[in-house]
Amino acid sequence: MDDLYRDNILDHYHHPRHFGTLPAPTVRFEDNNPFCGDVISMELGIKKNAQQEAYIDEIAFQGKGCAISLASASLLTEHVQGKTIREVAAFTPQEVLDLLSVPLTPTRMKCALLSLEVLHKTIAHASSHPLAEASRDAV
Amino acid sequence: MLPTRNDGMTTHLNLQNDFPILQRQINGKRLVYLDSTASSLKPQAVIDAVSAYYSQYSANIFRGIYTISEEATQAYEAARATVAGFIHASQVKEIIFVRNATEAMNLVAATWGRQTIRKNDEIITGVMEHHANIVPWQLLAQEKGAKLLFADLTTSAGEEQLYQLISSRTKLVAITHISNVLGIINPIARMVAEIKKRNPACSVLVDGAQSVPHQPVDVQSLGCDFLAFSGHKMLGPTGIGVLWGKYSLLESMPPYQTGGEMIRHVSLEKTTFQDPPHRFEAGTPHIAGAIGLAAAVEYLQSVGMDTVRNHEKELVRYAFAALGNIPGLQIYGPDDPETRAGVIAFTVDTIHPHDLAQILDRDNICIRSGSHCAMPLHTHLGVTATARASFYIYTTTEDIDELVAGIKKAGKILKG
Repeated sequence: MDDLYRDNILDHYHHPRHFGTLPAPTVRFEDNNPFCGDVISMELGIKKNAQQEAYIDEIAFQGKGCAISLASASLLTEHVQGKTIREVAAFTPQEVLDLLSVPLTPTRMKCALLSLEVLHKTIAHASSHPLAEASRDAV
Repeated sequence: MLPTRNDGMTTHLNLQNDFPILQRQINGKRLVYLDSTASSLKPQAVIDAVSAYYSQYSANIFRGIYTISEEATQAYEAARATVAGFIHASQVKEIIFVRNATEAMNLVAATWGRQTIRKNDEIITGVMEHHANIVPWQLLAQEKGAKLLFADLTTSAGEEQLYQLISSRTKLVAITHISNVLGIINPIARMVAEIKKRNPACSVLVDGAQSVPHQPVDVQSLGCDFLAFSGHKMLGPTGIGVLWGKYSLLESMPPYQTGGEMIRHVSLEKTTFQDPPHRFEAGTPHIAGAIGLAAAVEYLQSVGMDTVRNHEKELVRYAFAALGNIPGLQIYGPDDPETRAGVIAFTVDTIHPHDLAQILDRDNICIRSGSHCAMPLHTHLGVTATARASFYIYTTTEDIDELVAGIKKAGKILKG
């Protein structure tokens, strides 16, 4: 288990990418892990690309949690920025675990996958609860 | 005579050799088990008692006339008597074997509760209770249109607040004897007396999951109406627990689960039921579990429950001193180690309990992290999760030294 807290994870934990809020998010969603109270919220700025596909132009997250859940959120948001909604909606738990690439027990997997769950729910939330004017065309 | 260690302890329990699991090494390191509040380790005597049932007389009880069935029946009912003696029940038939404390509380809610609670009645529980002593009452109150009130016994001011909540409509107060997070020991005898003074018709259920294993418990002195506890938390097997209840209450309660063993006579038209306790023990019980629990009780009696309590008190004192030296570490619950049970929930600045528990695991130090089945309490304390270390008769000051070293190591790794 010495690999679990290696530099990569600790770097993302102490200096999480995309941590904060967006000035004009398209959608916002929050969820928690009831087993430990870890909470993650995500904001997306969704725009249309040249092919008229909706994609994640901007992304930000906030949250309280363990090193694994926050590092995972940081790695995930870094990975999905610029990708289309369709691609991100299809992102699997295994792909998140590959991003982390550390051995995880079943209990800690819940920590690692919380951010993906929140991201997917945020995307689902976008079509029915748009925050910004632009979103109705974007999504 | 074993040499005494220079650790300031006077009880000097040296029982580690009685617990085979403590021989186990993981990655060349010994097990430092600090999660007895979740479940306790098992002495060889309990393992032997369970194995003996399965290897020598594993028959069903009550039915058979043949020898091993009689042996099993005798052992099972003798176990009931042993448990009754342990908590000073006035009658053996006040002991009902269930799966665990959770089932005991569910049994009361489903039988006594459904029968007794009416619309606009009041039930009182507490903000620091384990979910097993909250959720059954929530659902019962919802089902019956009754009101569920919460006492806050996390501070000394709470006792008076509890009494203020008692009204003529209060039918049940359901409180814990010892908090599995804060280590608070509620003065049950005094509370029951005061509650019944204010409303003699109010019943009191006590969650004894953390008290029966760790200190002397006498239901006659406590004066409560129901007591719930789990075998696996007191050196016994998993899957066995006890509901104790005053016989007059049990007699009036309808069955819980129905079927075999708990009936007197069954016809197509109607069925008559056994008296307590068998009325509440449907189907083949955890025979091995009850026998194992009796062995656990006997083991504890040989140590002496006052000794158990004193041992843990000294460990808490030792732990408070050791943990107090770690900057950024906050302990929850009473400041005075003399008044606390051997369970310490704590947080360390900027280190999430999950990460702490994970790093401690590298050195085989077992602590728990999360909400410990007490989410309302954590909300009340304003934290999302805590780490928890807990002690029992096999815990040593060396275990606590390892914990402290581990926390310091985690700090170095995680704080960057």
